[in-house]
Amino acid sequence: MTRKKRRLTMLGLALLGLGTATALALTAFQDNIVFFYSPSQLQTQQVGDRNFRLGGLVEEGSVHKQPDGVTTAFRVTDTAHTVDVSYRGQLPDLFREGQGVVAEGRMANGVFVAREVLAKHDEKYMPPEVSEALKQAGVYKNPAESETKTAKKE
Amino acid sequence: MSEFFHMGGYAAYVWPAYGIAAIVLLGLLAATWKGLRDAEATLKALESAHPGRRRARAAGQRPSDKSAGTPAEASE
Amino acid sequence: MHRFANPARFLRLSAALLPWCAGATVILMILGLWLSLFGSPPDYQQGETVRIMYIHVPAAWMSLFVYTNMAVAAAVGLVWKHPLADLFAKAAAPIGAGFTFVCLVTGSLWGAPMWGTWWVWDARLTSVLILFFLYLGYMALVNAFDDPQRGMKAGNVLLLVGIVNVPIIKFSVDWWNTLHQPASVMRMGGPSIDPSMLAPLLAMAGAFTAYFLSVVFLRLRTEINQRKIQTLRLSAAADGTRG
Repeated sequence: MTRKKRRLTMLGLALLGLGTATALALTAFQDNIVFFYSPSQLQTQQVGDRNFRLGGLVEEGSVHKQPDGVTTAFRVTDTAHTVDVSYRGQLPDLFREGQGVVAEGRMANGVFVAREVLAKHDEKYMPPEVSEALKQAGVYKNPAESETKTAKKE
Repeated sequence: MSEFFHMGGYAAYVWPAYGIAAIVLLGLLAATWKGLRDAEATLKALESAHPGRRRARAAGQRPSDKSAGTPAEASE
Repeated sequence: MHRFANPARFLRLSAALLPWCAGATVILMILGLWLSLFGSPPDYQQGETVRIMYIHVPAAWMSLFVYTNMAVAAAVGLVWKHPLADLFAKAAAPIGAGFTFVCLVTGSLWGAPMWGTWWVWDARLTSVLILFFLYLGYMALVNAFDDPQRGMKAGNVLLLVGIVNVPIIKFSVDWWNTLHQPASVMRMGGPSIDPSMLAPLLAMAGAFTAYFLSVVFLRLRTEINQRKIQTLRLSAAADGTRG
């Protein structure tokens, strides 16, 4: 009986140690685990000339196709700050105004030049009729709301 | 009906997702079933070869010969 | 022979439960597939691709559920030396790996059209990939030793070390910026998913759980048989050398 108890205690201690070590490691690597920076984080973060990811919402009414037909200009916002983005190439199907987006690229003359644009979606799922009805009832919540929550948390 | 299979233009993503799941789940079930049948057959053969189970000590009987027929199970 | 006493009781119990689990799998699978493909609407943003969710999300839940069960079994196996616990973990591992694989592949098939990429190294996707490797590593480890007891012990230790990954997977979408969206069903404030879409999701989750139980019963039966075969062979070999 005592051997079982000793094994149980050892197991408990080992798991406790393991958990603590993991928590410490994750805290230490916090910066590297961050998949993207929000426009507000960019204000304080020194990014310089290096490649990084920018995440936020595509600002309503900011998307413009450039005359060359392949370049798209838009603004990424977290409601507090915005960043101008320019991107040459095919946009994902979920890319639209008011929706989340993660772009990879670098800053050039105050404009974020994206090499890749990924669409981020929120955790809401509903049929089109329901979203229509919610909009008409005035309780429709823009997908932006949940996104800004994530962005502001930082 | 063709509209259903078209999946709003996303057929190339939706159907493979269901296909992969079906292949994995059915494949795993088939492999499990076969493994069980093989194990039961081997066990039956071993038990009938040694009716007294571990007491099978008859002189001249080499039980290892019997098991040589199905070496695959031995390593499992 | 007291070590076989419990497995024998388990075999009787599982034989009684198996038809029910198998029946539930078939019924829930038919219901789930019908709801997923015919009985639910397209999403207001994602259109028909939302139907991938009815495979992807239940598979993801199962990958965590199976691993957690294996880790509990590993703890029981290490502390109380219960032979069935070891065998359960070994029997469940390929099923868990299968669900994780389905989760990863369907996620990729969903991400390609919606996100615009098959794969990104964000915290959620990476931690699920690690889970997949934990399953594979466990399966390789338990078979890597000549002495199955040592293999089981090493495998159990790996399972317990890997358990830290489970909360990391679950909360990765809340702790860090990820491309993957936060949880829709198991979240504070209730599901953010329309009931017409929650129904196929839950039906498929039920089907997958019943499938897991059915297959794990069959695999456990195989494992118990294998152990009997091994005991018989060992005693036969001992007799052979003596005689």
